[in-house]
Amino acid sequence: MARMATKQRVAISTIGAWLAGFLIFFPILWMVLASFKTELEAFAIPPSFLFFHWTTENYATVQERSDYIHHALNSIIIAGGSTLIALLIAIPAAWSMAFSPTKRTKDVLLWMLSTKMMPPVGVLVPIYLIWRDFGLLDSLTGLIIILCLGNLPIVVWMLFTYFKEIPKDILEAARMDGATIGRELVYVLTPMAVPGLASTLLLNLILAWNEAFWTLNLSTLNAAPLTVFIASYSSPEGLFWAKLSAASTLAIAPILVLGWFSQRQLVRGLTFGAVK
Amino acid sequence: MGQITLQNVQKAFGPVHIIKGANLDIDDGSFVVFVGPSGCGKTTLLRLIAGLEDVTDGRILIDGKNVVAVPPAKRGLSMVFQSYALYPHMSVRGNIAFGLKMAGLPKAEINRKVEAAAATLNLTPYLERKPRELSGGQRQRVAIGRAIVREPKAFLFDEPLSNLDAALRVQMRLEVTRLQKQLATTAIYVTHDQVEAMTMADKIVVLNAGQIEQYGTPLELYEKPANLFVAGFIGSPKMNFVNGEAAAKFGAATIGVRPEHLKIARGGEGWPGKITVAEHLGSDTFLYVDAGAIGTLTARYIGELNLSAGDSIVLSPEPSRIHRFDKDGKSLRA
Repeated sequence: MARMATKQRVAISTIGAWLAGFLIFFPILWMVLASFKTELEAFAIPPSFLFFHWTTENYATVQERSDYIHHALNSIIIAGGSTLIALLIAIPAAWSMAFSPTKRTKDVLLWMLSTKMMPPVGVLVPIYLIWRDFGLLDSLTGLIIILCLGNLPIVVWMLFTYFKEIPKDILEAARMDGATIGRELVYVLTPMAVPGLASTLLLNLILAWNEAFWTLNLSTLNAAPLTVFIASYSSPEGLFWAKLSAASTLAIAPILVLGWFSQRQLVRGLTFGAVK
Repeated sequence: MGQITLQNVQKAFGPVHIIKGANLDIDDGSFVVFVGPSGCGKTTLLRLIAGLEDVTDGRILIDGKNVVAVPPAKRGLSMVFQSYALYPHMSVRGNIAFGLKMAGLPKAEINRKVEAAAATLNLTPYLERKPRELSGGQRQRVAIGRAIVREPKAFLFDEPLSNLDAALRVQMRLEVTRLQKQLATTAIYVTHDQVEAMTMADKIVVLNAGQIEQYGTPLELYEKPANLFVAGFIGSPKMNFVNGEAAAKFGAATIGVRPEHLKIARGGEGWPGKITVAEHLGSDTFLYVDAGAIGTLTARYIGELNLSAGDSIVLSPEPSRIHRFDKDGKSLRA
């Protein structure tokens, strides 16, 4: 009797979990489906779910009308560049805060995080003017700088929590074992920090890849990444639903693949320190 | 060789003096235990010797050479940490070999030494495992293996057994002692457990509030404690202290009597009282006695004693076993 109840409960929660998962995934599925419809079918009410005329013409049009490869390359350069620079700055920063903290370390960390609490639009005008005066508008450099700055607090925080988890004893043990600082770094610290570095890198790549506010406001064509490419399909001349979906599918595909293969790292990165 | 000498070693963190001038001579090959309550500075003193902390003042000599400015890697000591501090990404072999690898020994020699150390510690079947796949006792052994393989001048142990369960602790205690005797390498061992101190040490350093209270063999500390602190810290159950008139009779401000040196007086002279708790362990009997103005006394008897709570008895101290202290707590030994 009791066993039956448990089985039922497991079945119900399994169904519930699948439903919730499906709900979350549905918009993406719908987008992918819409990208294979004609514009008319994409708007049709009631919508057709699977039984419509499948076509790849949207993808052809999208590639023809706007250069996907150009924008994808920009996305890769901006996301990759801003992530690498952020890591280069954040590693020593998080390192020193984790291993030789002072009275003010907590305050510095909180201050860093507090910059993320302000809506970006609040500084749009000054940033725009500075970027204009320095000739950084619509340039890859300009976007790399702003995305790097925007994500830096999160990168420092993530790395800080990782480094904090490396027990000091182990570093001291290495020192007692005769390791110099350089060898301690190569043989002990880096191997222990690699999982943390990897998940920070992945998460930051995804954040930078999806960042839309600054990329839309500070670039038009030359430096425009995929976010601008998507946005160009919702234009004053009309909404091209199917083409917009095709563009979006193309834009998220690379990061979706990356996310799929690195999901274990990502989950670990996001829940790190939550459970011992 | 591993002779270690401390000369007026001091350590302060800001305005807080953790070590207030320690002087100590540790002979080559001896097993010295630092013991004291938490916060007494015993771990700090060990870390100063290791070089993991810098001294504020004073000199630390290893084999006659002042090493105060020498980094830990170059002092030729090895340390076993309370948390084991194994390298989680390396196998047991990698962990034990690490120090030798850093010293730049040839591969064949490293392998030979690692395998010899593993054999000594019964770790041979686990050489290719990662630390997370080992039990607490095995991890402890790896940490010890890492320390002995380098043939250091001295071993430093920082409460190495405190994370083990009681039975394993007793077993490892024996193993560490045996190993140290076999290798004849100087060892400094930090613990807060006075039983560990008494059983393992050639000599004990009792620390309290950053000061060395006494340095001597276990029996010296037991029989001739230098002051009230050492008298109360060494020995279990704790020594009984009696003040006032009863003490004045012996010409002291305080007298101390160990529970095992209190006898039951048959109608003779002594301290009358009532048993509040009687603990029967079979091998021993512990009596907690309310002796009125004298205070609460603890008495220990070998074997079973047919007494229980509520019984009235008279306790008398063995005259030759009375410890006398002056009003500053210093021993009044002639």
